Amino acid sequence: MATIQTKEPQMEDVRHQDAMCTTESQLKHPWWYNFKYMAVGIIFGIAFVKAEIISWYRIQEMFQLTSFHMYGVIGTAVVVGMISVMIIKKTQAKTIYGEPITLDTKKFNKGQIIGGLIFGLGWAITGACPGPLYAQIGAGFGVVFVTLLSAILGTWVYGYFREKLPH
Amino acid sequence: MLETLKQPWHWAVAGTIIGLTVPTLLILGNKKFGISASLRHVCAACMPANIPFFKYDWKKEIWNMYFVAGILIGGFLASTFLSNPEPIQIAEATKQRLAEWGISSFQGLMPTEIFSFDTLLTLKGFVFFVVGGFLVGFGTRYAGGCTSGHAIMGLSNLQWPSLVATISFMLGGFFSANVILPLLFKLF
Repeated sequence: MATIQTKEPQMEDVRHQDAMCTTESQLKHPWWYNFKYMAVGIIFGIAFVKAEIISWYRIQEMFQLTSFHMYGVIGTAVVVGMISVMIIKKTQAKTIYGEPITLDTKKFNKGQIIGGLIFGLGWAITGACPGPLYAQIGAGFGVVFVTLLSAILGTWVYGYFREKLPH
Repeated sequence: MLETLKQPWHWAVAGTIIGLTVPTLLILGNKKFGISASLRHVCAACMPANIPFFKYDWKKEIWNMYFVAGILIGGFLASTFLSNPEPIQIAEATKQRLAEWGISSFQGLMPTEIFSFDTLLTLKGFVFFVVGGFLVGFGTRYAGGCTSGHAIMGLSNLQWPSLVATISFMLGGFFSANVILPLLFKLF
């Protein structure tokens, strides 16, 4: 097992700019170790399709408040996630490679409101948040690839104007 | 067994699987559940264009690309081998509303009136694919995450900014579905 050094704050690392989805590991693994994340994605994608979360109809139901289905899915996921994170914190669980598990604190900024509202507008139109976009393409709705490309463009445009936008 | 799997899954089953993704990714390699970040990694990998926001070592986040590729494969497997032959069961009130909008097919998971290549080069296609996709990509990154990163991962970790983001997602969605979409459908 590798020894874990204390993390130095890396101010220059822009991956931390929005404190999301950044990973720090002292371990170097061969590339094919990443297939385990693909396996998790496969199970996740199957659940997305089979519970009809990727369905545009279900998203309309959710926002028209005519069905409990999507609230049930997200609510259950949050409760299961909360209990899991609580157990991980309590037991100070380590990864399968013996590294400590760290959790990020999220800092508030206005982007969470402005960006959140903008994303919400798009969510009801496309019937998909980013995860379902991938599952929809896999499920044979090839035209959604255009939506994905446009979402990548939207991300890029955000990055371009980032310094000028209120945060 | 296979017949049961082919039926639409109960929300509690899917919710549990999605919720368990959070600890699974943490235990497998201290990875934080999040999906919209993959869009940023594509920008960083393909067109960083000297923009500071995309100048980082995206290879360190490559696990995220394997994860989203898995979601795509999972979507393929489920729709190929576990597909439900019955029409989707939608609430009657929503069905009526959609009929007013000219949507009457309920055979698959998505209405063919919108999500087919025939609409791609029309105004409808522009709105649903290009504009919609842009709002999703721009908005999630501006918010610092999407439904997975904020609503599930963030709330699981009791982060109040994620609650603010989640409420904003929902407010934007309510407005879009009940005010903007009815107006948009008058255009087509």
